[in-house]
Amino acid sequence: MEYHSPASFDEASALAAQAQGVTRFLAGGTDVLVQLRSDLVTPDTLIDVKRIAGARDITRNADGSWTLGVAVSGAEMREHAELGRDWPGLVEAMDLIGSTQVQGRATLAGNLCNASPAADSVPAMVAAGVRVTITGPDGTRQAAAEEIPTAPGKTSLGKGELVSALHVPARGDRGGDAYLRFIPRTEMDIAVVGAAVNLRLDGETVTEAWVSLGAVAPTVLLVEDAAAAIIGTTLDDAALAALDSAARAACSPIDDKRGTVDFRTEVAGVLARRAARFAYARAKGDAK
Amino acid sequence: MSRVHVTTTVNGDETEFLCDPRETLLDCLRDRLNLTGAKEGCGTGDCGACSVTLDGRLVCSCLVLGVEAEGREIGTIEGVAQGDELHPLQRKFIEHAALQCGICTPGILVAAKALLEKSPDPTEEEVRYWLAGNLCRCTGYDKIIRAVMDTAAEMREAV
Ligand SMILES: Cc1cc2nc3c(=O)[nH]c(=O)nc-3n(C[C@H](O)[C@H](O)[C@H](O)COP(=O)(O)OP(=O)(O)OC[C@H]3O[C@@H](n4cnc5c(N)ncnc54)[C@H](O)[C@@H]3O)c2cc1C
Ligand code: FES
Ligand code: FES
Repeated sequence: MEYHSPASFDEASALAAQAQGVTRFLAGGTDVLVQLRSDLVTPDTLIDVKRIAGARDITRNADGSWTLGVAVSGAEMREHAELGRDWPGLVEAMDLIGSTQVQGRATLAGNLCNASPAADSVPAMVAAGVRVTITGPDGTRQAAAEEIPTAPGKTSLGKGELVSALHVPARGDRGGDAYLRFIPRTEMDIAVVGAAVNLRLDGETVTEAWVSLGAVAPTVLLVEDAAAAIIGTTLDDAALAALDSAARAACSPIDDKRGTVDFRTEVAGVLARRAARFAYARAKGDAK
Repeated sequence: MSRVHVTTTVNGDETEFLCDPRETLLDCLRDRLNLTGAKEGCGTGDCGACSVTLDGRLVCSCLVLGVEAEGREIGTIEGVAQGDELHPLQRKFIEHAALQCGICTPGILVAAKALLEKSPDPTEEEVRYWLAGNLCRCTGYDKIIRAVMDTAAEMREAV
């Protein structure tokens, strides 16, 4: 295995474009190293992104949007009070990943590009409307977070391409987001189902909404029907029931030791409702 | 396979070693630098026995490569006591019998020290969540939590 620690994204991209065999980028290494250690994937080329300028920065832009470096750890996000006030659901989703030790290293970019359908931060990113900049041999392009994973362990990134920044929209007024997951214990486990909701209110009425589900399909889903079920409502019981059934209808989960198809589908509806209520309360300023 | 030369600071002392790029920081500490305090329980980030700090941040050294330590500051259990003088956490762990076989203890001490530096007056819940990634097969955790809470109280009085 060759290890590189390039100083720029262009250099990282060039290294990856020229590399033979299996290439991995190294952000926090909490997936890469586990896969290496358990002999699942031994990269021929490993490209560490942590020493690239800006990779560890959390920046609030003039328009209120955020630019997050690809090597920002969960712990660094958690410690950033202002980011947590704007996007509590996104920060909490990231914070659910692993232990304190894992939080010291794990990144949003790694969680996204590892492309697990159960990745906890990904539904929150998708609901928040996070976009990423991708640097490749032909320059840079942008994509929505939901366009990155294409199947378990697979992404839409081409040879030589890597994520070089994450962009979180401006929070704006009367907006709120939330992410909830179901696991059989309270810490250190993989989501059986995850649900994220991001919405905006005018008065008491939902004017914009995004609903995303994790671990119920081969990739994290952006469920437009579920968002449509609550837009224009005050999140009354009828709207919540419509949200529940739209969320369930979007599910095509697997049966495994963590949960059956029926269980996952039912829980997706329940969590979508709870996350919507939570996001709604945050948008109104009734909850932190 | 060519070895990589790494220069790093461990417990305040600059040090260097040669390693294969696939070697973890845990293996480098134990096998190259003879610092065998950090233990390998699982090797996959689940147990916390290998906990160290990397530029002040608590991490599992089994999920860090040795080559990543270049130019960084590592803190291990070997740097917790000052010579013969135990750190208050170490004293309290003995006082409360918060260890039996001791395999988890170095990792828990390093983790608990990192918590108390960040949060000198933690709630019990905070301590339990902070240490959730440190598994102990022997003590049942209660004595560990009590030892940490008691140390925090003592250290607050001392300042
Ligand atoms: C004990 C433990 C508990 C865990 N618990 C959870 C959990 O509860 N929920 C959860 O979702 N995950 C969990 N994980 C998995 C892991 O921590 C997360 O997926 C984490 O976010 C990965 O981030 P990383 O920075 O460590 O990624 P890395 O391991 O560095 O990289 C992961 C993948 O992303 C690619 N990659 C990284 N950066 C880029 C980039 N900039 N551009 C393109 N590709 C890139 C790499 O090539 C690799 O394939 C856990 C892991 C451990 C060890
Ligand atoms: S040995 Fe590193 S976490 Fe278990
Ligand atoms: S004392 Fe034996 S594992 Fe904790």
